[in-house]
Amino acid sequence: MTTNILEMRNITKTFPGVKALQEVTLDVARGEVHAICGENGAGKSTLMKVLSGVYPFGTYEGDIVFENETMEFRDISDSEAVGVVIIHQELALSPYLSIAENIFLNNEIKGSFGLIDWNKTNIEASKLLARVGLRENPTTKVRDLGVGKQQLVEIAKALSKRVKLLILDEPTAALNDEDSDHLLDLILSLKGQNITSIIISHKLNEIKKIADTVTVIRDGKAIETIPKVDVTEDRIIKDMVGRDLEHRYPDHTPHIGEEILRVENWTAYHPQDPNRVMVDNVNLNVKRGEIVGIAGLMGAGRTEFAMSLFGRSYGTKISGQVFKNGKEIKTRTVSEAIDNGLAYATEDRKYYGLNLIEDIKRNISMASLKKLERGGLVDDNEEYKVADGYRKSMNIKAPSVLAKVGKLSGGNQQKVVLSKWIYSDPDVLILDEPTRGIDVGAKYEIYTIINRLAAEGKGVIVISSELPELIGICDRIYAIAEGRITGEVPIAEATPETLIKYMTMEKERI
Amino acid sequence: MSDLETKPADDTAAGGRVNPVDNKFTRSLSHVLSDLGKNGIFIALILVVVVFEILTNGVLLRPQNVSNLIVQNGYILILAIGMVMVIVAGHIDLSVGSVAAFVGALSGVFAVNMGLPAWLAIVLSLLIGAVVGAWQGFWIAYVGIPAFIVTLAGMLIFRGLTLVVLGNQNIGSFPDFYRALGNGFLTDVFGKYNIDPLSIGVAVIAIVLLVVQSIRTRRGRQSYAQAVEPLGWFVAKLVLVSAAVLLFAYALATFKGIPVTLIVLAVLILIYGIVMNRSVFGRHIYAIGGNLHAAELSGIKTRVVTFWLFVNMGFLAGLAGLVFTARLNLAGPKAGDGFELEAISAAFIGGAAVTGGVGTIGGAIVGGLIIGVLNNGMSIMGIGIEWQQAVKGLVLLLAVAFDVYNKRRSGGR
Repeated sequence: MTTNILEMRNITKTFPGVKALQEVTLDVARGEVHAICGENGAGKSTLMKVLSGVYPFGTYEGDIVFENETMEFRDISDSEAVGVVIIHQELALSPYLSIAENIFLNNEIKGSFGLIDWNKTNIEASKLLARVGLRENPTTKVRDLGVGKQQLVEIAKALSKRVKLLILDEPTAALNDEDSDHLLDLILSLKGQNITSIIISHKLNEIKKIADTVTVIRDGKAIETIPKVDVTEDRIIKDMVGRDLEHRYPDHTPHIGEEILRVENWTAYHPQDPNRVMVDNVNLNVKRGEIVGIAGLMGAGRTEFAMSLFGRSYGTKISGQVFKNGKEIKTRTVSEAIDNGLAYATEDRKYYGLNLIEDIKRNISMASLKKLERGGLVDDNEEYKVADGYRKSMNIKAPSVLAKVGKLSGGNQQKVVLSKWIYSDPDVLILDEPTRGIDVGAKYEIYTIINRLAAEGKGVIVISSELPELIGICDRIYAIAEGRITGEVPIAEATPETLIKYMTMEKERI
Repeated sequence: MSDLETKPADDTAAGGRVNPVDNKFTRSLSHVLSDLGKNGIFIALILVVVVFEILTNGVLLRPQNVSNLIVQNGYILILAIGMVMVIVAGHIDLSVGSVAAFVGALSGVFAVNMGLPAWLAIVLSLLIGAVVGAWQGFWIAYVGIPAFIVTLAGMLIFRGLTLVVLGNQNIGSFPDFYRALGNGFLTDVFGKYNIDPLSIGVAVIAIVLLVVQSIRTRRGRQSYAQAVEPLGWFVAKLVLVSAAVLLFAYALATFKGIPVTLIVLAVLILIYGIVMNRSVFGRHIYAIGGNLHAAELSGIKTRVVTFWLFVNMGFLAGLAGLVFTARLNLAGPKAGDGFELEAISAAFIGGAAVTGGVGTIGGAIVGGLIIGVLNNGMSIMGIGIEWQQAVKGLVLLLAVAFDVYNKRRSGGR
């Protein structure tokens, strides 16, 4: 057993109402690169948060054994003290501080009188930068670096803490190909310096390139651990998605009519980095009564596509054409998009979708106040009646429509969002992760509502990273990767395996 | 999030809460209590009035002093109306004092130096107020500079321009028609009586309109099967409000009658109350303040709304400047000093949220009246300006602390 640097034994982590991890066991050998794969929400990040002390000892069951000692981390500084360092997907750097200041943040090199010794700080920082292969002056501000270089600064920071086990949570998700390659090479060179790495990723080709061992997690359970020689993409995919798909989705008999919406050559660039293409020449269409899925991993450009289409709410240098019922329409502002019969329910309800301090009634009417205007004033009584109608028909569980939306559960909040958009009377609804963060029962209700909308002859686009969900409710599914449509799959041929293949298809491989 | 959806059993079993006895009495009691909670600011005003009525040995509510309270605080209340709208949208305006002084100074140039007719001077001044607001609104809404910065700059710019316009001199004295804005009363319109019949008459008409409107609203709600408050409480509230209005009118009637400032204020409160509550524009202001992103993604033209908000604020700041200048009969360089802070305090004491999305015209007016009563009461008691400042600061802090505490307790955001 001495070859294992880390053994996590029977880890169980429960959130109110949800078992996020069930009896997960993970053994990591000293000096290896160990990949952890799984769908979004499978429990990968939770496992790493348990390991790094973000969820302190006592809030989970099971043992963490690091270098043959049982650990009881109370917070991140405890785990960092023994050499376990986690680099999160969202980088934790302070943009207005220099590289050196960031590296030694909360770990400052002190000289006489307890003051910071800046010379030594910068010299030590330069040494660490050389180790990660970053040629930058340590006094450069972090905000002047690209994401790839910032990632390297994070690793240099980890090295400054004498890291033995480095955990990287989707490190290449925001990087371009060149930066990704550089980062993967660096992980391999750290391996040569006897630093063990755990890398969370769903990019299968990069896992194949660097991992010595792969553990697949699904629904909070470790499915299997595969040594390098046995790793195949098919095997990982099968492990990631193999679950019972029956009876989780309401029956749906499509009545598909003529084309209602067509998008041609839609392209959008990153708002801060106008050379980075985020949505790349997307072509797609939706027919009356059809539920069309867009499958893509986080950061693949799904939300960016939807938001750039919906009133240019995202991105710059947007180009392309939109046709409704064969006629070209413009969607340059949100109100123009709404007037032209589009609706977009956002991925992040609380941040982008709802006014949490207002009541249900005012949230539902928010996008269509003009309809309630009588002689220049909003007719509150009519508004109440409309909202109460939706409360009943959508089964929003609240004492009355005067209840504040912030106090509702996630599922009910989502029903308020859907009510708002249904009341705006759209022809095409784009629903971005409509069931994220809501429980199974409410999910079923949301699917029923989606079916009803399609049955009324509307076109529905569902964006989701849960493949079983898309397969369960859609009539046709597009896969998107790196901003491009990489595949279009009729429902009869849609399996998680085929979809994941398209979703992880990278540019040079086509 | 309290899970209304997942834990329906909480009320009775493990949650520890026991179903309260549900009868007519407890229901109306809980209604009254929740109403009192919502109207805490009114109760605070009554409390402050009672305390100072006692401390000043009854001077506070003497007819002349009641009339003074309105006239002395009129311009702050006018500013508070615009300010609460700006704050609800999630912005702030630090420039209103300087803008009021600037417009007041220009009105002096128009009405006194150039000898324009008073009405024309007033209209021109208000237009300039709106233009100043448009200038600030442009930077805030379309360039995207935070309102704090733009209006801080405006505070300096328009204070400076006031001095430029005045050229180190005061401008006075103004024509009578102009002066009426700040000093005028509708006195003895129907002849000389001990008790002015016009004041009482207007009060009675106002009460009748209030009762009719309240009943119509109640009927309307009932016809849409909405919950309404218990009849007893509904009547009691109307009686209480009517009594207060009558007492107030009696005080005015035994002094000089209705102040012109009060008429201006009443019209503004009525119009802006409707705008904030019932118009699409008002709804959009609340939506923007509550969640800017959600408002944008719901098709609300957030920039246009913000722009017009500041145009309106400039207009009201100009009006406040006119009322203040008219009252002093003098346009001076120090006019409007500190008005912005009183207006902001009024809005926050009146329950507006620092984070935006919450606040009412009525609340801001009551907040402004609380500040006014504090000022006036302490002055009558002969308390020095230094302690007045300190007490007002403390009241602002406590009011907002109370609000924060209340929200936390009710489990809001």
